[in-house]
Amino acid sequence: MGNKQTIFTDEQLDAYQDCTFFTRKEILRLHGRYHELAPHLVPMDYTNDPDVKVPLALIVNMPELKENPFRNRIVESFSEDGEGNLSFNEFVDMFSVLSETAPRELKAIYAFKIYDFNTDNFICMEDLEKTLNRLTKEELTPEEVKLVCEKSIEEADLDGDSKLSFADFENMISRAPDFLRYLLLTLPSANDYNVVFSFGVFRNHNFILHSFLLEKQKKISHEIASDSAL
Amino acid sequence: MSEGEMARLMEEVEEKKKLIANIRNKPWRMKRRLEHLKDAQQFVDKFEGALGKGKGRKLYAYKVMMTKKWIKFQRDFENFKTACIPWERKIKEVESHFGSSVASYFIFLRWMYGMNLVLFGLTFGLVVIPELLMGLPYGTIPRKTVPRAEQDTAMDYSVLMDFNGYCKYSVLFYGYYNSQRTIGFLKFRLPLSYLMVGLGTFGYSLMVVIRTMARNADVGGGDGEDGEFTFAWKMFTSWDYLIGNSETADNKYASITTSFKESIVDEQENQKDENIHLRRFLRVLANVMIICSLGGSGYLIYFVVKRSQDFATRDDLSWYEKNEVEIVMSLLGLVCPPLFETIAELEDYHPRIALKWQLGRIFALFLGNLYTFLFALFDEVNAKLEEEDSIKNATIWAMKEYYANFTAYNNDSSATAPPINPADIIRGPCWETTVGIEFVKLTVSDIQVTYLTILIGDFLRAVIVRFLNYCWCWDLEAGFPSYAEFDISGNVLGLVFNQGMIWMGAFYAPGLVGINVLRLLTSMYYQCWAVMSCNVPHERVFKASKSNNFYMGLLLLILFLSLLPVVYTIMSLPPSFDCGPFSGKGKMFDVISETIDLDLPAFMGTLFSYAANPGLIIPAVLLMVLAIYYLNSVSEAYINSNNELKKKMQMQRDEEKNRRNNTNSTNQVMKDLEDLLPNRSLAPKAPAESSADNDQGGKPAKVTGKPGTAATGVNLQKDVSLASPNPRIAVTHPPGPRGPGPLPGAETSRSRGRAQPSRN
Repeated sequence: MGNKQTIFTDEQLDAYQDCTFFTRKEILRLHGRYHELAPHLVPMDYTNDPDVKVPLALIVNMPELKENPFRNRIVESFSEDGEGNLSFNEFVDMFSVLSETAPRELKAIYAFKIYDFNTDNFICMEDLEKTLNRLTKEELTPEEVKLVCEKSIEEADLDGDSKLSFADFENMISRAPDFLRYLLLTLPSANDYNVVFSFGVFRNHNFILHSFLLEKQKKISHEIASDSAL
Repeated sequence: MSEGEMARLMEEVEEKKKLIANIRNKPWRMKRRLEHLKDAQQFVDKFEGALGKGKGRKLYAYKVMMTKKWIKFQRDFENFKTACIPWERKIKEVESHFGSSVASYFIFLRWMYGMNLVLFGLTFGLVVIPELLMGLPYGTIPRKTVPRAEQDTAMDYSVLMDFNGYCKYSVLFYGYYNSQRTIGFLKFRLPLSYLMVGLGTFGYSLMVVIRTMARNADVGGGDGEDGEFTFAWKMFTSWDYLIGNSETADNKYASITTSFKESIVDEQENQKDENIHLRRFLRVLANVMIICSLGGSGYLIYFVVKRSQDFATRDDLSWYEKNEVEIVMSLLGLVCPPLFETIAELEDYHPRIALKWQLGRIFALFLGNLYTFLFALFDEVNAKLEEEDSIKNATIWAMKEYYANFTAYNNDSSATAPPINPADIIRGPCWETTVGIEFVKLTVSDIQVTYLTILIGDFLRAVIVRFLNYCWCWDLEAGFPSYAEFDISGNVLGLVFNQGMIWMGAFYAPGLVGINVLRLLTSMYYQCWAVMSCNVPHERVFKASKSNNFYMGLLLLILFLSLLPVVYTIMSLPPSFDCGPFSGKGKMFDVISETIDLDLPAFMGTLFSYAANPGLIIPAVLLMVLAIYYLNSVSEAYINSNNELKKKMQMQRDEEKNRRNNTNSTNQVMKDLEDLLPNRSLAPKAPAESSADNDQGGKPAKVTGKPGTAATGVNLQKDVSLASPNPRIAVTHPPGPRGPGPLPGAETSRSRGRAQPSRN
């Protein structure tokens, strides 16, 4: 992109750099991805901070999110209106939290929001049942679903109200051994779409290459920089 | 500005700077962050000036870039390492559909392949290749040539399939190797290398098996098995957010479902109610029945082998009598395992434990197989040894005859006799090659039987069930034949016994290891395909035990059992006089003493002779025994202290949980003490809840409802206002036990909280 970009002012880029875990290049690439989602809606010039929101339906079709059973909840958690329409600020925020340099505590907060389907700040039985059904594509019988949800609450609930508050959730998730591997939320940073971008337009025929990249990253075991507060 | 004000200002500036550094970690909306950032930056700018600001940022950006590059490098390296592991994706696919127990078989198979590959490298690199490259070529000496009598049929397919003919006189077998002390310009000592590789095979295998067992024992510890949060973790951390490929996603869904089902099975086992006496009686009965059948089969084998020895003396044998031993063995192998499985239904174990029992029993059955085979082989070897004695004299006599005749015909004494064509020289029976051939034949027939069984038993059955179902009276898929399940125990034992054969035979047939490597390689692909296309998952999918130690234990046992015959023959039987690398020596291990005498400097010889002194060896053995005893007791002490610590941690967790619940502690004594007290003011204060809850937005019910409850006489005002609503806070009667069903939700507790004041 070079130094002569006209999408953002320098102050804007610096501010984004301070507020997220991304570098200048990555932020510009993210803007490119955001623009591609709705080229007629998203302006190329963000210097005067336009108020544009991309609707939920377009965002959940991104290849990173397409196969995720929780894609709707993820996008909704980051949107201000709760409906899943993201402005560029929120879009960047989402990817920043999901990137691998984000600390575990931050991810835990957003994970709690994602799994809280009825947004009452508790993960109750219904939320758990919904989560489980999405995870198993409803392959389990209702008795099995009930058993699993009850066991989960029994294991993690510390204050005895038969639903999980954030404290319960955090306590449970901080001890998870697989936390680092299947990490709650990690998406490759915009950097890794280098190869795809060089093909010009990111469309279906590049999906094979793209999914190959994602496949490789699937086998990653990340070390989350828990002290990323530099 | 005064000093105090300066200091305060500096502090504020520092705070703002810290905020700027950490602002990306805060769970705020982006807009809010941007605003705060702007404010903080303006503040810092105003009071700090331009000192260090620009530099700090550049340095920070550089640090960030380096960190990212480092993370990327680590990631790529991990990817590379994972990509190097063969068949990982295949095994993951099997695991996602069939569960971890079936996958554990394939992981075991892969491990065996790795071990055999190393053995193959050793054998071929140090024994076969030198003989091929630097030794004498085919046809130059008697042992390397097909005898005249057999030359007509040497290329026949049936002869080759029996590993006679050209196969017998090739690098595959012991008899081909020359006993020359050094070969080639490199002075490679082949006989020594042959012996060392033979013993080294066992040494390496032993080392690898024990190392794997030790490593698995490590993994098994920790709170992996009875984890605190099994279901919760499965729920929240099993989805891999990096998946973007729909096929991978499907696999992931399948594996998550299977994993949940496994945990459910475990949980149901824990919750079962049992009549312990009936269960014990049934188990004892089942074991008695199985011991009877094992004893019966053992006796049957003994009887049949004895009969075959009698048959060997006769000549007029029917087909049945000739093959009686093999037929009886195969029948036992086919009938007994299902019989054991049916009897095992009486025992009603957890599937994982039932599998172990089944493995152990079939293992005992197959030991009988092994016993007959070795018995028969040993008879053959003895016969060959006797034959050899007579032929040895005959060969020497024939040579003398030949030369005498030659000089008799040509009175010219200066002419030397042309050497006899190697094909014509009388050959000894070479028992080692015969033994090698037996092992190779056994391995090959084992391979054929396994592959055919899979083809017919699984594939053909699946095809029939699938296509005949359209025109059959009852539902073939759900009813009688249906699809086969993957037989874990049979396959594992097959693998283990096959490896035992390889270990026994590798000394006499160096090519056997190569055959085995090929077999394992094709087996992996073939069985993976068969399992995915013809088998269905077990009805009760169960989790494999965390460590593969049970399989390793079986393997270790077989390793020792196969070590014994080989070491015995090396130590006590004399090698053949005209074939193999040890021909001409009294015992095979004479090579070592020869090497020590001729190749090593003199003092090494004396050193070894001192070391071999019994007076030195016996104390060394005693010392090792004492060391084993000491290490054993130390490890027992560690295990004990580990268990104590675990118990302590568990107790602490329970206490903490109960304290937060505001119920009685689980400790009975404390309960009694509390009951003795006049009022309940001794209930422990709950610690202050985390403020993160308050950040997430208002929870009006928590704060407003509480003072009412507190006013009803319990001195818990401060604590209760911070703890989450607990509708069961006991006031005038002791709290009841915690109910199994979901407790009333937030609304009810809120309304109860609000209703409390009105009660007063």
